[in-house]
Amino acid sequence: MDPVSHRIANALVGNRDDAATLEIALSGPVLLFTRDALCALYGARFAASLDDTALPMARPVHVRAGTPVHIGRAEDGCFAYLAVAGGLDVPVVLGSRSTYLPGEFGGWRGRALERGSVLPLAHDVEALSAERFARASRRHRASGAGGESARTVTWFAPALTLSEHEVPVMRVLPGLHRDLFDEGSGKVFLRDVWRVAPDSNRIGFRLLGPKLALAEPTEILSQPTCRGTVQVPPDGQPIALMADHQTTGGYPKVAEVISADIPRLAQRPPGASVRFAAATLDEADAAREMLASQVEGLIERILWEFDDEGD
Amino acid sequence: MPRRFVVVQMTSVRSEKRFEPKVLPLGDTALLVVLAETLEPDANALARRVALEVMARRLGWVTDVIPALVTVAVHFAARTAAEAAERRAALERLVRDVAKLPPGDNVESGTRTVEIPVCYEGPFAPDLDDVACRTGLAPTEVVRLHAASPHRVLMIGFAPGHPYLGGLDPRLAIPRRASPRVRVEPGSVAIANAQTSIYSFATPGGWNLIGRTPLALFDPTRERASLLAPGDTVTFVPIARAAFEELAAQPVSG
Repeated sequence: MDPVSHRIANALVGNRDDAATLEIALSGPVLLFTRDALCALYGARFAASLDDTALPMARPVHVRAGTPVHIGRAEDGCFAYLAVAGGLDVPVVLGSRSTYLPGEFGGWRGRALERGSVLPLAHDVEALSAERFARASRRHRASGAGGESARTVTWFAPALTLSEHEVPVMRVLPGLHRDLFDEGSGKVFLRDVWRVAPDSNRIGFRLLGPKLALAEPTEILSQPTCRGTVQVPPDGQPIALMADHQTTGGYPKVAEVISADIPRLAQRPPGASVRFAAATLDEADAAREMLASQVEGLIERILWEFDDEGD
Repeated sequence: MPRRFVVVQMTSVRSEKRFEPKVLPLGDTALLVVLAETLEPDANALARRVALEVMARRLGWVTDVIPALVTVAVHFAARTAAEAAERRAALERLVRDVAKLPPGDNVESGTRTVEIPVCYEGPFAPDLDDVACRTGLAPTEVVRLHAASPHRVLMIGFAPGHPYLGGLDPRLAIPRRASPRVRVEPGSVAIANAQTSIYSFATPGGWNLIGRTPLALFDPTRERASLLAPGDTVTFVPIARAAFEELAAQPVSG
């Protein structure tokens, strides 16, 4: 849902972008590592602990085998990503290690984890973890976390996709059918505050607010949709399509959230507010480029911390 | 020995009409190619062709190509604004070139005829009596008409492997159900308006269910994950309940 945070989480344990991470939404599991492992939790801010001490987020943590990691509730944001050195060892299906819940395939057996699930790690996780932690802690001295059960570093990666404002603004391009909506609906969409509905999921975020209506009933032929497409079914309640969206849809599209703002939108939990503001394609391109620079800049700093050449 | 139902035949499609495609942004990381405003068979064939031609170029930055009824989306990756502008322009040129190709050239390689066994009986056909009632036909006649004509896969959408098929006998054209079902079983063969669709996964659905196929429409472990592809011709073959059970128990190769 938040590809930026997935990427940063992987970088924090020295993985490549395509290593599988565990996506945790709103409320997390208790995980027991059966082998020593370097892990990092990044994205939404969660209350998490190791034994009786807080698990520091957004940095590499070397957890000793047998230590339960409690990941509680999201305190800010919606989705966090737990990366483990070497990645979660799940098969590649159709070119991806992601889970596609509606189709029940991919990832870990095509489903969400449940109590007792055993997640396979890389066969060399212990060696990888020890070597990478040694590098990650070279520049800045390691400190304990959870006493004997884990070690971590003094540096961390700042959040990139959480919003500081109560009502963050998501920029949108006009949807293909914007002109089919009545005049009031077009204005209201950009003016009002919307709340993410509780029945939102990985397919789409339902937006609670005023009803939007077409100027006159119009049949739309099914056509491709995009991550960020805001479509409006006959009930007038807009839906912003997210990671698991259908490839096509037959509802009129009022707007397209720009790609740079999708990770921030994904981090709005149910009940949280958002607003939408009109942007141009040039602005969307510039925003995407700026986010890419921020992500790359952060990854470079993480790599610098991991660098064993010294300076 | 149970009959194998996937028959491959090559056919070619002649497209007679020329189209002037509109190429529009779909968000900032995709383009939408609009070939027509209404469902015209030639525009549908051209949508498939545009998609095939774009895929044939194997451009590393094209991340997905989605042909729909008379539109195509091309999703792309671009880091900088300049790169995005270049890629949009390159795609637009490519689409315009494809639309200009001589209509007679419009040969779709690999277009297949696929026979799909369907049991139109009992619990697999909960709306058959209703369809019969609304069309003024006997249930047996509904089944006969549905299986009599060839159908064409117009697009795959809604869910992985879920086909929308044209070619429904006009006597069977009725609207969707007044209220959608919360759960439609995978393999359900359904009609609404002028089309047939087959539910590939258990999902909510509002179409009229008249039968069920034991074939898996989508299986990511097969070489061809989706049983059907846009442009395929489909004929439905009525089968009895016993044959359904027998076929459902055997794995189907893609």
